[in-house]
Amino acid sequence: MALLRQEALPGVVVNTAVWVLAVVAVALLLSLGLAQLLAQEFPGRRLVRWALIVPWAASLVMTAKLFVWIYDYYFGILNHALVGLGLLSAPVDWLGDDRTVMPAMVAVGVFVSLPFTTYVLLAGLATIPGEVYEAARVDGASRWRTYRSVTLPLLRPALLVASVLNAIYVFNSFPIVWTLNDRNPGFGHDTTITFMYKIAFKSALRDVGLAAALGVVNVLAILLAVIVYLRVVRWREAEA
Amino acid sequence: MTAGRAALTVTGWAVGAVVLSPYLVMLFTALKPAGELRATPPRLLPVAWRPGNFLDVLGDPAFQSWLSVSLVVAAASTALVLLAAVPAAYYTARHRFPGRAAFLLLVLVTQMFSPTALVVGLYREFFELDLINTYAALILTNAAFNLAFAVWMLQAFFASIPREVEEAAAVDGCGRLRTLAGIVLPLSLPGIVTAAIFAFIAAWNEYVVALTVMTDPAMKPLTVGITTYVTAYVQHWNSLFAASVLAIVPVVVLFALIERYLVSGLTAGSLK
Repeated sequence: MALLRQEALPGVVVNTAVWVLAVVAVALLLSLGLAQLLAQEFPGRRLVRWALIVPWAASLVMTAKLFVWIYDYYFGILNHALVGLGLLSAPVDWLGDDRTVMPAMVAVGVFVSLPFTTYVLLAGLATIPGEVYEAARVDGASRWRTYRSVTLPLLRPALLVASVLNAIYVFNSFPIVWTLNDRNPGFGHDTTITFMYKIAFKSALRDVGLAAALGVVNVLAILLAVIVYLRVVRWREAEA
Repeated sequence: MTAGRAALTVTGWAVGAVVLSPYLVMLFTALKPAGELRATPPRLLPVAWRPGNFLDVLGDPAFQSWLSVSLVVAAASTALVLLAAVPAAYYTARHRFPGRAAFLLLVLVTQMFSPTALVVGLYREFFELDLINTYAALILTNAAFNLAFAVWMLQAFFASIPREVEEAAAVDGCGRLRTLAGIVLPLSLPGIVTAAIFAFIAAWNEYVVALTVMTDPAMKPLTVGITTYVTAYVQHWNSLFAASVLAIVPVVVLFALIERYLVSGLTAGSLK
């Protein structure tokens, strides 16, 4: 009950929803394109696939610190490049301005999610037999039509697995929000996970009991996602 | 068709470059002398290249200490994971026992809990047991976090080895343990290597528990330690990134080795 009395809580819940939904949706859309691209044969494909592994294998804290540097108001390469290209008229304080903090964090979240979702979709694409495409071609379906009516429906299980698992990882993610939001006081841009950590170890509250209560809520939220996930997998098995 | 292929190749390479570009910023910054970090306007490439930053970091006693903590924790927790996961997975793959399905489900579910959601409880527990700032705390935590994935993946691997192979060994007079050590383990080596590498990398990259239970500077692993290169008071971005490059490169190489098996393992066999 003390949890519900926290003034910051509604904002934190909204942040969490925005963070999870935005990262999962954008990552999924981008990796649909990426998977389609990487499923084709072209010279150097192996190398590009390896490049895609890097954000997955690298420690999240180190990647997050890297983006703190890239986003830097004075010395960051991003402002310099965008102003130089004429896309921005003046530098933006990406991690200090209330309007840009969340989009900046979402961009990093998407960047580190891409490898996993793309690889899952690639595995899904590999299961679609060639004859299906053959049949679509014989029927005179256009490329886009084939993609919409043949590939996407057959890719649905992979899409569900990729999005549910990624939603769980993103919901659980600590280092990105923790590191990129480091400068900002208060709880204005926290998700439930970093909010909980601050309650327990950093804020004036230092209230382990309260944090544990929020921890239970978090676990319940994940449990719900897991149930959805298992349903999806079951449903697939029943269909197979 | 050739024009389409060329476009495909160019797009592919462009995607690779975009994905790698932040890490190139990391590498180039790691090669800059301290004076160039605060140059305005900022430059992508160093004016004077300074590979010596890497030697400085390697020679820094603090870095050496973080590196050794990371190595000890990752290696010991990986060993612990294998020690527990191999027998558990083998038994689950070969025997039907009551609650088997529930056991596998439970294993899968534990994989999905956030370390951050558990860290408050873990901290209390380690505090009671007087394990704050000990290797044991991090080794046990990482082993526990990574055990689930290892059991789940190895179980599938063992199940894919035909029973007949083992029966043949039994006919030839091999005992159970000899069969396991001499026949099953060599056949499932790719699975075991994948599980080991995955557990190692996960422990190597673990952050939030280490941040919480390792408060003594001498006991911090790399992920937590290197962040002290850039704080409100000191801003050694070049050292931070040199250390990051040193920490990331070996892990990426290891990861590339197991990439093929990992996706099927992580999606828990739901994609064939």
